[in-house]
Amino acid sequence: MGYRMDRTEWKAVFDELGKTYRLFAPVRKIGEGRFTDVDVIRYDFVEDPDEIVWDERSDYSFKDSLIPLSETMFFFTEDQVKEASIDERPVIVFLRPCDLNAVKRLDQMYMDNGPDNDWFYERRRNKISFALMGCDRACENSFCVDMGANKSDEYAFSIDMEGDGFVSDVKDEKFVKAFADHAGSEQAVEPHYITESEYHVERPEDVPLSIFNDEMWDEYTRRCINCGRCNFVCPTCTCFTTQDVFYTDNGRVGERRRVNASCMVDGYTDVAGGLQFRKTNGERMRFKVLHKVYDFRKRFGYDMCVGCGRCDSVCPEYISFANCINKLNRRVEELEAEK
Amino acid sequence: MSKNEYLPFSSKLQDLIKHNDAEWTFRFTYVGPCKPGQFFMVSVPKVGESPISVSGIGEDYVDLTIRKVGKVTDWLFENMKPGDGLFLRGPYGNGFDPEMFADGELIIVAGGSAVSPIRGVVQYLCTLPDASDKHVITGFKNPDEILFRDDLKVWKDHVDLTVTVDGAPEGYEGNIGMVTKYIPLLEVKDIKKCKAIVVGPPPMIKFSIIELVKRGFDEENVWISDSRRMCCGMGKCGHCRINSKYVCIDGPVFKFTEHRALID
Repeated sequence: MGYRMDRTEWKAVFDELGKTYRLFAPVRKIGEGRFTDVDVIRYDFVEDPDEIVWDERSDYSFKDSLIPLSETMFFFTEDQVKEASIDERPVIVFLRPCDLNAVKRLDQMYMDNGPDNDWFYERRRNKISFALMGCDRACENSFCVDMGANKSDEYAFSIDMEGDGFVSDVKDEKFVKAFADHAGSEQAVEPHYITESEYHVERPEDVPLSIFNDEMWDEYTRRCINCGRCNFVCPTCTCFTTQDVFYTDNGRVGERRRVNASCMVDGYTDVAGGLQFRKTNGERMRFKVLHKVYDFRKRFGYDMCVGCGRCDSVCPEYISFANCINKLNRRVEELEAEK
Repeated sequence: MSKNEYLPFSSKLQDLIKHNDAEWTFRFTYVGPCKPGQFFMVSVPKVGESPISVSGIGEDYVDLTIRKVGKVTDWLFENMKPGDGLFLRGPYGNGFDPEMFADGELIIVAGGSAVSPIRGVVQYLCTLPDASDKHVITGFKNPDEILFRDDLKVWKDHVDLTVTVDGAPEGYEGNIGMVTKYIPLLEVKDIKKCKAIVVGPPPMIKFSIIELVKRGFDEENVWISDSRRMCCGMGKCGHCRINSKYVCIDGPVFKFTEHRALID
């Protein structure tokens, strides 16, 4: 069911939804960016629809709503282990098509890799509905169209700006009433999406084994400073590390947390006894890039990367992910020609 | 909601077998399915979790042979006494099906604490009417680090057992030399059909397989067991991924021909 609303009507719908749901959306944090006087756009709970940033991609993704940067798993008392509780209220997450496609990747890892579901993920996932914010123009460094992540119809409802107002396509029955009660008129609505991203990428179908130790990765040993920002902004990165801590001097009470992990940062592969894998940044880059555009596909049948371009924009060394994928493709073609 | 697999269950330390200062076998209460080669996450609240390979499986217990080498294992060595309680999760991973190796010749090469994952396999082989065509080579750094001495005494009566140490003080009467030195000496009747299990540190695995192949071994008949850093044990945390495989759920036991295409 599609609806058209002016600003006041959209605000009424938003307020209505806010009575039941917590609304998680991209907002501008003034002066909280990486440099002095620079803003950052990241997710937070909002109470006013005008807080939502419409004209730019968020620097960080929505994934905090499913896998917080740091999440307490258990509390330990002297002889008890207790699961940490979370806010039980349902959540609506406002996100772009690339990010909605990323949800599928997160579900794949946490709910469908191995025999067990991830309980901590599942309990958050069950509370979340997704509201799709359509796209009217390509984001900086994006290549979502070539990754097939420029559109999605897996939303509960969509929301797009059109002229002075908003249009919405509502798929999930439980949201129909809020729109029907407050929207000005009904009309057929298709969420907006772009058909041309900033970059084009070509991915290799298959890669020869020699690509893993190829010299093409040496460039990244020289350029990358393994800060891990690319992983933390990525909407599809799922890795975490568990950490145990105790609070008091006597050490009797504590907790187990899990925090987002980065395969680019030191310590990711360290095992007790000192053994380490992938010591150079080039090897780590190869591990990450091939996962995003090859290894994940080999396992699950589709690519992990959604082409949002955030890793590229955040990189302090100006390493372009789209460029890297194209370099990989060219190198694979070269190696194949040499055969 | 599904079961919270991260929630560890409590278990009691039934017994503690000290092989040497840094390698002890912890016998924990556990009743349930378990195979050799699988592993448990040993969960020490406020300290952390470690994946530990199962070295023995009993009616109401599992043995975990642990080397004192990091934060969690240090804690275990310094604090655990028989009768104490602790937390475990698991078992995880695919493990070995010992019955697979009942028929035909077999070579097992295991180094150091990697004897743990194959101990259950050898114990099974020892129940066969005739296991004289099963060749087992175990290597340790030095005589003090020889593990499972009581087992070795039993095993030598059933299988063709070679115990060797990398180095030993003068006067040591046993075999001295790397495991690779003893692979060419094994009396194998049909090398093409012989199977092999190779477990140990990565260089030991590499050079042992080179020796096997030199003898005409079919690489398709080799299994290995791997290990990596893990935070979950169930395919979520990502640390143990190599290419498209996860050591925790696709392994830790791999066919060698599959594993050699995995590059860290």
